[in-house]
Amino acid sequence: MEKFKTHTGRALPLRRSNVDTDQIIPAVYLKRITRTGFEDGLFAAWRADPDFILNSEDYQGVSVLVAGPDFGTGSSREHAVWALKDYGFKVVLSARFADIFRGNSAKDGLLTAVLKQEDIELLWKLVEENPELEVTVDLEAREVRVEGHVFTFEVDEYTRWRLLEGLDDISLTLRHGEDIDGFEDKRPGFKPKTLPAAA
Amino acid sequence: MPHTLAEKVWADHVVRSADGEPDLLYIDLHLLHEVTSPQAFDGLRNAGRPLRRPDLTIATEDHNTPTLEIDKPIADPVSRLQIETLRKNCADFGVRIHSLGDAQQGIVHVVGPQLGLTQPGMTVVCGDSHTSTHGAFGALAFGIGTSEVEHVLATQTLPLKPFKTMAVTVTGELAEGVTAKDVVLAVIAQIGTGGGQGYVIEYRGAAVEKLSMEGRMTVCNMSIEAGARAGMIAPDETTFAYLKGRAHAPAGADWDAAVAYWKTLHTDDGAKFDAEVVIDGDALTPYVTWGTNPGQGLPLSASVPDPETDFDAEVDKTAARKALEYMGLRAGTPLREIKVDTVFLGSCTNGRLEDLRAAAAVIKGRKVADGVRMLVVPGSARVRLEAEAEGLHEVFTAAGAEWRFAGCSMCLGMNPDQLAPGERSASTSNRNFEGRQGKGGRTHLVSPLVAAATAVTGTLSSPSDLAA
Repeated sequence: MEKFKTHTGRALPLRRSNVDTDQIIPAVYLKRITRTGFEDGLFAAWRADPDFILNSEDYQGVSVLVAGPDFGTGSSREHAVWALKDYGFKVVLSARFADIFRGNSAKDGLLTAVLKQEDIELLWKLVEENPELEVTVDLEAREVRVEGHVFTFEVDEYTRWRLLEGLDDISLTLRHGEDIDGFEDKRPGFKPKTLPAAA
Repeated sequence: MPHTLAEKVWADHVVRSADGEPDLLYIDLHLLHEVTSPQAFDGLRNAGRPLRRPDLTIATEDHNTPTLEIDKPIADPVSRLQIETLRKNCADFGVRIHSLGDAQQGIVHVVGPQLGLTQPGMTVVCGDSHTSTHGAFGALAFGIGTSEVEHVLATQTLPLKPFKTMAVTVTGELAEGVTAKDVVLAVIAQIGTGGGQGYVIEYRGAAVEKLSMEGRMTVCNMSIEAGARAGMIAPDETTFAYLKGRAHAPAGADWDAAVAYWKTLHTDDGAKFDAEVVIDGDALTPYVTWGTNPGQGLPLSASVPDPETDFDAEVDKTAARKALEYMGLRAGTPLREIKVDTVFLGSCTNGRLEDLRAAAAVIKGRKVADGVRMLVVPGSARVRLEAEAEGLHEVFTAAGAEWRFAGCSMCLGMNPDQLAPGERSASTSNRNFEGRQGKGGRTHLVSPLVAAATAVTGTLSSPSDLAA
């Protein structure tokens, strides 16, 4: 995974709450067996509407998504994170994220930063008034900076460390192979096994 | 020190704990399906890693599978490739799979419990948010993303921060015609789609204790729609009776040892939850959703709310405005006057035998209304066989409903079972998101009883609306 320290880019104001993962990427795009190339599925239903903000000339090339509360609710599909990343988003800012979406983002190096809803509202206003504004998201300082405003955001310390270092979880866990062996030795015998298949 | 049920199950699975790091949690059962696993298997291959515990892993085909003509090749080449990829991955890594046509095939969350693989006190994961279903047995069960699927395949563990705990107590007794689905829709309407965020919910109280295992699964299934990772219900005699004799349930001395352990799995007196919610079960009536998230629900007797006067926060007003526009509804319209085109009975929420029985009892001797199509999709091939053994399929087909093969089907329309743009459904599934059941489709979430009554009248209805 790539290291994430700081990112500066233009921002998309998405004035919607409860942006569920079916909106981020509809199920029809989930049939693929690859891990890349999902950008065409991002917000596919909404993008069919020419007035949807992501279709606006003003917001081409954005990389910071500023969304309403409860972003990423619903399905566990990691394709939602892949679609955002493949499109070019590096950061999502919201007052509240769904747990599974947030976990998936952390695995793939997409930063989900929690801001106060009032800060989100101000950001919306700023980037609607001037779509050219550059927003800096600084993970080391836990700050979003734009036009003299500084907003601090929340991100848990472990995720922050992993993103800053670009570490992947599986290698970290495999360092503790002996602990896993030891745990398995003590598991109760009545716990079920899928193999062999019982009649 | 007294502990909650969730804390006990968590503590029994901690492989490693260190300051400043998530706990490393052991996973007892890993369920796989075709949609969220291919990239995880590829990750294992690319890293040259083995699958650590094939004997704690099981796969089934459900999201893409057709519900008609299942003996023919899957028509959609992309769906077919995804299913064939799962079959190849399972063959390559030695994973047991139940494929289309197999008597154990079906929705992953119906298959696990019916095989007896889901048991109290276990940790259960799947690349599917409705894994919360398995919490009905007192298991800690939650959905994960594809990176985590790969992590579990490689290590049989997951690094996780402990969840907060929430008690949802449903007091009293549910009136006739009020089901587990109405309970959970009422819970979500009360706490909101983000209300459970960061929590594992334990459902308790007299009304919950009286639910069957099927009803408990319905309630736990939709915990994720309240934002909670998991829902749990303490195991009791109802749980043990459901498990006894199932293919993978313990037997003999193992059964006794297991039950002795399972009986310790309850929240201790004096244990503290981080949040508590109380629902008056006596007062509940059938619930339906009017909007585009599962928290936008009301009693069937209510009317479509007014975005301008019925909500306080600006984000809620905006959400309601957008929902009414998408749903093609006007504020003030009684919910009972909403006409539907399609009724969908099925899904991991309400596709079990008890759900089919309840709907069949309502529809027996009646007809599906003109202009309405009703799809009945059993949650698994076994549920279908058991329903047929009772003659339920004849009840449905005599009424004019379609009797289909098992799978996720119209819950999310990855197979050909979809709503057309503008088409409106009453659906026993779990999500009323925009376009979930087909692009432009409009979904009202309902119980199996409301689904059956609605099929008969053509407008959202409960069985009490039907003439005797």
